[in-house]
Amino acid sequence: MKTLAGNQMYWLVKREFWEHRGGFLWAPLVTGGIFLLLNIMGIITAEVIGARHGIHIGELGAAKQHFGGGNLQSVISQMDAGDMSQVGMALDMAMYSSMALIFVVLGFVVFFYCLGAIYDERRDRSILFWKSLPLSDTETVISKVLSATLVAPVIATAAGIAAGILQLLIVATTLSFHGIHVWQLLMLAHPVRVTLNMIGHIPLYLLWALPSVGWLMACSAWARTKPFLWAIALPVATGLLVSWFGIMGLFNLSASWFWQNIVARALFSAFPGASLVGSDDLIHTGNNNLDFMNLGNAYHLLASVNLWIGVAAGAALIAAAIWFRRWRDDG
Amino acid sequence: MSAIVTARNLSKRYKNTVALDSVDFQIQSGRIVGLIGPNGAGKTTALKAILGLTRFDGELSVLGYDPRTQRDKLMEQVCFIADVAVLPRWIRVREAVDFVAHVHPRFDRAKCEAFLARTKLTPDQRVRQMSKGMIVQLHLALVMAIDARLLVLDEPTLGLDILYRKQFYQSLLEDYFDENKTIIITTHQVEEVEHILTDLMFIRDGKIVLDTDMDAVGDRFAEVMVSADQAAAARALKPIDERQVFGKSIFLFDGADRPTLEALGEIRRPSVSDLFVATMKGTYA
Repeated sequence: MKTLAGNQMYWLVKREFWEHRGGFLWAPLVTGGIFLLLNIMGIITAEVIGARHGIHIGELGAAKQHFGGGNLQSVISQMDAGDMSQVGMALDMAMYSSMALIFVVLGFVVFFYCLGAIYDERRDRSILFWKSLPLSDTETVISKVLSATLVAPVIATAAGIAAGILQLLIVATTLSFHGIHVWQLLMLAHPVRVTLNMIGHIPLYLLWALPSVGWLMACSAWARTKPFLWAIALPVATGLLVSWFGIMGLFNLSASWFWQNIVARALFSAFPGASLVGSDDLIHTGNNNLDFMNLGNAYHLLASVNLWIGVAAGAALIAAAIWFRRWRDDG
Repeated sequence: MSAIVTARNLSKRYKNTVALDSVDFQIQSGRIVGLIGPNGAGKTTALKAILGLTRFDGELSVLGYDPRTQRDKLMEQVCFIADVAVLPRWIRVREAVDFVAHVHPRFDRAKCEAFLARTKLTPDQRVRQMSKGMIVQLHLALVMAIDARLLVLDEPTLGLDILYRKQFYQSLLEDYFDENKTIIITTHQVEEVEHILTDLMFIRDGKIVLDTDMDAVGDRFAEVMVSADQAAAARALKPIDERQVFGKSIFLFDGADRPTLEALGEIRRPSVSDLFVATMKGTYA
């Protein structure tokens, strides 16, 4: 029976993927593709303009730093360790930036996926077909949670890594036209570290996104119409009431605490990187490098109460979604 | 015979209406039961209760399970077609078969593919590209390949043309039904199911007003065609319905004495639809 349950979960998740192939697979691929295309177009434009005006990137860079002739190649050979790490960071940044857009898209995909996950099947009554099969509501809702918190981010991360590496190669290739060895340059970047960082962020994303996923799915299972409106309106209206009457003062907390820890957590936690915005890590580690992306720093989050309260709230909301899916009678 | 469904004091109240009013009934194994009633009589509510899709008061046992608390177990042996067109519109034929084959322990894939081979459906076709009739063909192929003990059909042929409707019931009888299976059907198209039913249940205003097997219908009810001069005598026997055809009157009697009726004219077994109309008189008045 255990294998049957596991098998059923696999097929339930697969079913979600079939239905949402557009959001889960094509959205990140297309986004990555467009980003790379725009980059290539930008580079070509720059090259064309550069050639027309007789400016050469390598020489320009060299002129800036050394007030003399030479090219980037010689600049690199003369750089000290500090400069090297700056170049490396710039390349890492290029890699992250190509991923960033994909993750913004992922945020939207997950948000709307959760909002429609149970509502859509109720609206078109196909829930009656799913309910005619020996699949429990618990299994079904959990398969949807897994799709949102694992399947979608894993695919987006894979697409992001691929786009990041391509981006790195494009930048490196462009520079190699100006006399810089590609490999020498790539050694300065940390594609492996960036890749591992991205993969390592997936479990954190799962945990951090849980309250949002739970809230949106509960709305999806509960709302008779317009789950989007309910999902937004309820926390925002509560937030306004809290601000207006200063209720949080009773707990020695400010209204902004409520907005940040309840409203934003319920609505925006499914956006990748949302955990970074709220945390103090950005400030502690300084903004000069990308260390805040490193897992050692990111996993400090596991020690935060905020995360675990969110996980508990998310679990409770998912349980509510399961209950509503079981008993909501749409007549 | 063992009871597949047993209901005692089954009640369901919505905010301001009573959908089921302390209903008692039993459904035996190996029967095809027609649950027939006007709109809003409580048919769908009764089916939903049996399928564990809604809460109710009273006792209900389906295959020995309580549909409220043991629904997951129950659904391994119960199947239903809730309505035409509840298959998800995005799904492809191939995906639907794959999915059910892997999540349903009692699904026979070869059987399903044999049913599909008889239709014009292609593996890559999506439900949204199908006509209503084709959707039902797909749904039926999926359901008939499941070795379920109870099949519930709620208006399965609504909106289908006559070819699909005939084919639907024919496949059901020829390729699916046997003495180990039980089928409950609700429909308004009474004429089309009356030959396949073994049992009849009329439901009106949340109450079962008739619960009988089809053989007993012939014994209990009689339709007599009476010429005008004997109409008064026939009316004295308190018929439950009367209509005029070609200057003669057709009376419908419930439990009247056979020899007396034979003296009045030719006796026929009433059709289910005539019986239905007579029983439900005044429902919408």
